Amino acid sequence: MKFKTFAAFVGPSLVMMLVFIAFPLVSVFMQSFYVTQPVFEQVEIESCTPGFPNPTCVTEVKSQPVIGDDGKMISETRFSGLESYRNVLELDRVKAAIGNGSWSELMNIDFWKALRFTLTFTLLTLPLVLVVGLGIALAVNNAVKSLRGPVIFISLLPFIITPVIGGLSIRWLFIGDGILTAAMEWWTGTNISMFAQAWTIEAMMMFYRVWHVAPFAFVIFYAGLQTVNQDTLESAIIDGANRWERLRFVIVPHLMPLIVFIALIHLMDCYRVFEEIVAFSSQSHVISLQWLTYDFLTPDDAGNRAISRASATAMLTMVGIVILLIYPLKRTWRDHKGSH
Amino acid sequence: MSTPKALRQSAALRYGSAGFLIFWCLIAAFPIFWILVMSFKSPVDAFASNPLDVVFGPVTLAEGDGLSIMDVILGLGVLWLSFRFAFRHLPEMVAKFTKPGSVILGWVIAVLGFALAFIVVFFSILPWLLQGVNAITGPLGDPFIGLTVQHYVSVWVENEFYRNFINSLVVTGGVVTVSLTVGTLAGYGLARSGSNLAFWLLILALIFRALPHSVLVAGYLPVFINSAEFLRPIFGDAAPTLYGKPYAVIAVLVAINQPFTIWMLRSFFQNIPMELDEAARVDGCSHFQAFRRVIMPVMWPGVITTGLFSFLLGYNDFLVTSLLLDAQNQTMVPAIAGYFNRETTTTDQVEAIAAAVSITAPLFLLVMVFQRQIVSGLTAGAVKG
Repeated sequence: MKFKTFAAFVGPSLVMMLVFIAFPLVSVFMQSFYVTQPVFEQVEIESCTPGFPNPTCVTEVKSQPVIGDDGKMISETRFSGLESYRNVLELDRVKAAIGNGSWSELMNIDFWKALRFTLTFTLLTLPLVLVVGLGIALAVNNAVKSLRGPVIFISLLPFIITPVIGGLSIRWLFIGDGILTAAMEWWTGTNISMFAQAWTIEAMMMFYRVWHVAPFAFVIFYAGLQTVNQDTLESAIIDGANRWERLRFVIVPHLMPLIVFIALIHLMDCYRVFEEIVAFSSQSHVISLQWLTYDFLTPDDAGNRAISRASATAMLTMVGIVILLIYPLKRTWRDHKGSH
Repeated sequence: MSTPKALRQSAALRYGSAGFLIFWCLIAAFPIFWILVMSFKSPVDAFASNPLDVVFGPVTLAEGDGLSIMDVILGLGVLWLSFRFAFRHLPEMVAKFTKPGSVILGWVIAVLGFALAFIVVFFSILPWLLQGVNAITGPLGDPFIGLTVQHYVSVWVENEFYRNFINSLVVTGGVVTVSLTVGTLAGYGLARSGSNLAFWLLILALIFRALPHSVLVAGYLPVFINSAEFLRPIFGDAAPTLYGKPYAVIAVLVAINQPFTIWMLRSFFQNIPMELDEAARVDGCSHFQAFRRVIMPVMWPGVITTGLFSFLLGYNDFLVTSLLLDAQNQTMVPAIAGYFNRETTTTDQVEAIAAAVSITAPLFLLVMVFQRQIVSGLTAGAVKG
């Protein structure tokens, strides 16, 4: 294919991606170094209280926002360097917390709290998703043919459901004296409140995430299981391998590329965990990196959006993604080189 | 063919695997089933701690909303028959009455006609019929299970949820059409070019796919809010403020979706043999003509599958739509956040549940109709690597 035709085919898509993905990235990068604030001016105000014989007058200097001709506050944008990053990272408090050796103090700082949750969430759900997905795939592969269709249908439901609503449906099972909380209280005989402390909320979020993503892993593993080489399996049996050894030494190596694929997709998606925070309304206990940016972007009570701090968190989130992707990208590049 | 003895499984393993499967199916379906049940009950029943109370709804029943055994039997019967009709006879009828060129139009008419007939039968003929039946059958006709549709009525009629529904339709429809149009072209180009440039574009797309959406929205927001000023030199005084406009959100979602779309379509295009293009080219087609007249007709399964995933992205999105659309143009998913954040009364909560079920219902139908395409779409990207 000539370059010109290639460009004609790929052009529209590339333009969309450049305008709506690459350009915003650059603009976020720039924004993170600037701060937009209302302009304040110093005004001398003389206020008098009636008195006898003369009113007592006090002159004080007040700062108040400048109102423009259109009746709105005038704001100015100035270069602030790394200030937004400093505001987000709060390194002084981090130093103090580390100096005290106090973990809980460190976890009071929003950014580090969000980073801690995002990372633990990602790393804990990854093995669970892989194991549960593989388990379901093996069980379905083992089941009668006529059952497979319905099972796949039911399994697809958690995957396809709107994430916020999936989270809510789990939350409604537990909220207040929801049936599952009531069941656990009956079982243990103690009073349980699932939304009062961070770790139970985190556990529910992880449960939701595994419930939501395991079907995806299952479908892919199930497709992979159909292509396992039967001859290799048979020779393994002849060599005296038991079921576990066959799984360990024949099936899992065969599925390895799929495991890497699912792990990669899962890392990408989990790193931007966000909908769970909304669905479980957990912002007072648990927050994630993407939620932090979202929170800065939503207007506060005065209607201002903290764009520059949002940009700074967004850039810091990006750093994490880059670190995450270095290894798989290197691998893909090696494969590409190898295939030519 | 009987299984060789060595491959035969012990009873423990067989029951273990079957048990695990049943357990998984329960976990997978239960939360969704449960919100469906809750949405039909009065608040006291919906949040009762005894599951039996939630299912049978004594308080709802006491308020006078209930179903008798005959209601349940006949209702389920009609549902079953209509599903059977939809999946067995409807496809045959469409095949019989439409000309080969207008299959899509035939399906649209068939689905609309079926939906209309179903609504008429289920919501007006059936209740009328059941009144008579319940009066005759005595104890079988007495209500025994509480069920009310008042939350659906208040969500859809009083709170005007249909506005959000229409907005969702506009946004998702736009996202699917635009991203498929742009994506098929790019996917074809990338699949047929083995150059390094194509490889780097795909890698770039992969990196773009990994970006958290909030990072991108942080980039759009200031620009969109002030877009009237930026665009004035080009459009004059008619320059639009992009913030809150559905078409701006469509453009954003299409771009976010592009990396995934082109990866998936590329892997579908790679399954179509090169010889097909070459034959068309030998017969004198240009690249574009070959793409339109020869490749696209055999690409429909891939396009439908990718369209499904674009649909899901547009329909399920919370972050982008909640930040970039104003209240007037809000889609369904962000609108539901308004319900459960109010948390003033439990009635609001149950209304939120009814809204959630309303959002989930189309997805449920989607899986029923397109299960095979969804599965093939999931595996297409992965098995190829």
